[in-house]
Amino acid sequence: MPRIIRKREIVDDPWQVLSLAAGESAATVPLPAGPVLLPLAVWLARRDEVLRRDGPPGVWLDSDEGPEALAEDCARFAVIGINFPKFTDGRGYSSARLLRERYHYTGEIRAIGDVLHDQLFLMRRCGIDAYAVRADKDIEQALAGLRAFSESYQAATDQPLPLFRRRRAEHSA
Amino acid sequence: MYRYDRIDQQIIDERVAQYRDQIGRHLAGDLSTDELRPLRLQNGLYIQRHGPMLRIAIPYGMLSATQLRKLAEISQRYDRGVGHFTTRQNMQLNWPQLEQTPAILGELASVEMHAVQTSGNCIRNITTDQFAGVAPDELTDPRPYCELLRQWSTFHPEFAFLPRKFKIAVNAAATDRAVIRAHDIGLELLRDERGEIGVRVFVGGGLGRTPILGQVIREFLPRRHLLSYLEAILRVYNRYGRRDNMYKARIKILVQALGIDGFRRQVEAEWAHLQDGPTTVPDEEFARIAAHFPPPAWETLPAVDELHAARVAGDLAFANWVRRCVHPHRTPGYAAVTLSLKAPGAAPGDISDTQMLVVADLAERFSFGELRVTHEQNVVLADVRQRDLHEVWQIARRHRLATANIGLLTDIICCPGGDLCALANARSVPIADAVNEKFDDLDYLYDIGDISLNISGCMNSCGHHHVANIGILGVDKNDEEWYQITIGGQQGNSATIGKVIGPSFHAHEVPLVIEALITVHLEQRLPGERFIDTLQRIGVEPFKARAYAGRDRRRGARQENREMVNA
Repeated sequence: MPRIIRKREIVDDPWQVLSLAAGESAATVPLPAGPVLLPLAVWLARRDEVLRRDGPPGVWLDSDEGPEALAEDCARFAVIGINFPKFTDGRGYSSARLLRERYHYTGEIRAIGDVLHDQLFLMRRCGIDAYAVRADKDIEQALAGLRAFSESYQAATDQPLPLFRRRRAEHSA
Repeated sequence: MYRYDRIDQQIIDERVAQYRDQIGRHLAGDLSTDELRPLRLQNGLYIQRHGPMLRIAIPYGMLSATQLRKLAEISQRYDRGVGHFTTRQNMQLNWPQLEQTPAILGELASVEMHAVQTSGNCIRNITTDQFAGVAPDELTDPRPYCELLRQWSTFHPEFAFLPRKFKIAVNAAATDRAVIRAHDIGLELLRDERGEIGVRVFVGGGLGRTPILGQVIREFLPRRHLLSYLEAILRVYNRYGRRDNMYKARIKILVQALGIDGFRRQVEAEWAHLQDGPTTVPDEEFARIAAHFPPPAWETLPAVDELHAARVAGDLAFANWVRRCVHPHRTPGYAAVTLSLKAPGAAPGDISDTQMLVVADLAERFSFGELRVTHEQNVVLADVRQRDLHEVWQIARRHRLATANIGLLTDIICCPGGDLCALANARSVPIADAVNEKFDDLDYLYDIGDISLNISGCMNSCGHHHVANIGILGVDKNDEEWYQITIGGQQGNSATIGKVIGPSFHAHEVPLVIEALITVHLEQRLPGERFIDTLQRIGVEPFKARAYAGRDRRRGARQENREMVNA
């Protein structure tokens, strides 16, 4: 079974990611059995069918698909994947923050795609809490990427107060 | 200047460790060249024509004497004893070894310096007025705002992989010396009728391939909202800026595509969610940072120092230097001094290790131990007593730091160009040299008067050629170096993008074309007119006509030269 990082641990994980191959359509693609992250288009096209399946559904957003498309529905998902087609495509960071901070999604947000050691810290700060590290990379080594920095200046999902608000507390304590 | 506390230092130390680990993994084969590239760029490391280039951050151009000594030491130990100041007020080292870059960053961290985000598709070094804190025309010191932005932008987790680089500049003076409208975001500090400080926010400016001046997105934003509003702008850009074509990926293209009103609507809709959140900056934080920039212990002095006045009256060379390189100061008896890094024959913006040590000593003896790097690639001592100016001049002169050409034709802004930079289409420093040779007479330069001449070796426009009175852009035509000339650009409050005058010129023609343009100015000017004034009054045509007038003859000469070479 593939391994991912969830929170701060390496775990076996059963979720598959369904992608539409060339020529396949969201309306007709067969849905595999078991837990599966569906393309957004499949969810939008076959919502009722997906909800009738066993177990909570999962979905994934590509980098050009915003969380607005899920909005109120996001609470239905056990896992929302955010795809990084290339690690230099930074749109997923905004998507993750919006899911957490605007749509108050509390389930798992999983980075999928070109997920590498040196971006894990940034992903974590933006509310991503599971990381499907690229299969050819050493996942044990990548784990260290979560701890690159022990402190940060900005407010983000992991730390809702910017450093200047906490510094004040420290200095006046 | 801003001093790190325990947390600032820890963050920078952890950055050094992170980078050392990345280079280690790369050398061990665990991190590919393509995977390392964006990471090393965000640490200022380019792989250039002859090897790596390391761009060291100098936040808003402020340096202490101690830091400059460290830069001198690093340039001696790890490089060839020379640094190059850039138009983002940073310093580039052109000859470090890849394997030694982690050690260099470690050295920098020991003096509260780093190379964070000096390249890459992220928020770059914040720039501002080199006379911050001493300029007579200043509303408030912009440096605390710059430092606030530095901290906010450092490792911002959401904005580390933007569509393209992102530059921010801050101005707080009546005269804009930071070219804020040539930036992705330009910030102009203002006071409203109730005395509250706020910001006029410009967005969508930038030079490069498509030069555009920024437009106002907010006339007055109370300063407490500065960071949340910028987050809204950056989020809209991060999500919707183009990523399919790097030449169309800057925010200016998005602003143009949506129109400023359409872009503003999106930003305001985003900001509605962020406004008054935790990122709202309390007055206490502005005060905490501002306390790092106290006015130095200026003495109470007469407005005019008699001895200084007598020296000016008695020594023409000194008087010329004072006229060009000494600037007004808000405190009686003090002046700001520009040390020119544009001596004839020197690569513009280059400073040797010896010169760094001299400047550090000058700063310590005469200017409270601090100095500033200007975006025009010179160095400023901001707080010199008038009575010390003569001694500063004598020392500076011995080290080729006192060329009296600030604001003149040979105070050229110039990128390193094709001699060093892998991106360049053409060399730029030899063009600067040729202009210097052609115009080697200071009296003639004074007669020509205030003018700006900027040179970029390629469309990336590091040399800011678009906003120069005369701009020179290197282009590649069939593997030969050619140069396109623009005129009429300017910095400052009436910032303007220059216009291309026509087909490009061969390198050997460039000094002649500059001379032709200057001649039109000298012939046509009215008393007191600068080059830009004459140009605006009489229009581009007379300049253009003169620039191309002798072209056939010059081409003929070139042909003859070639034949002689071939013979």
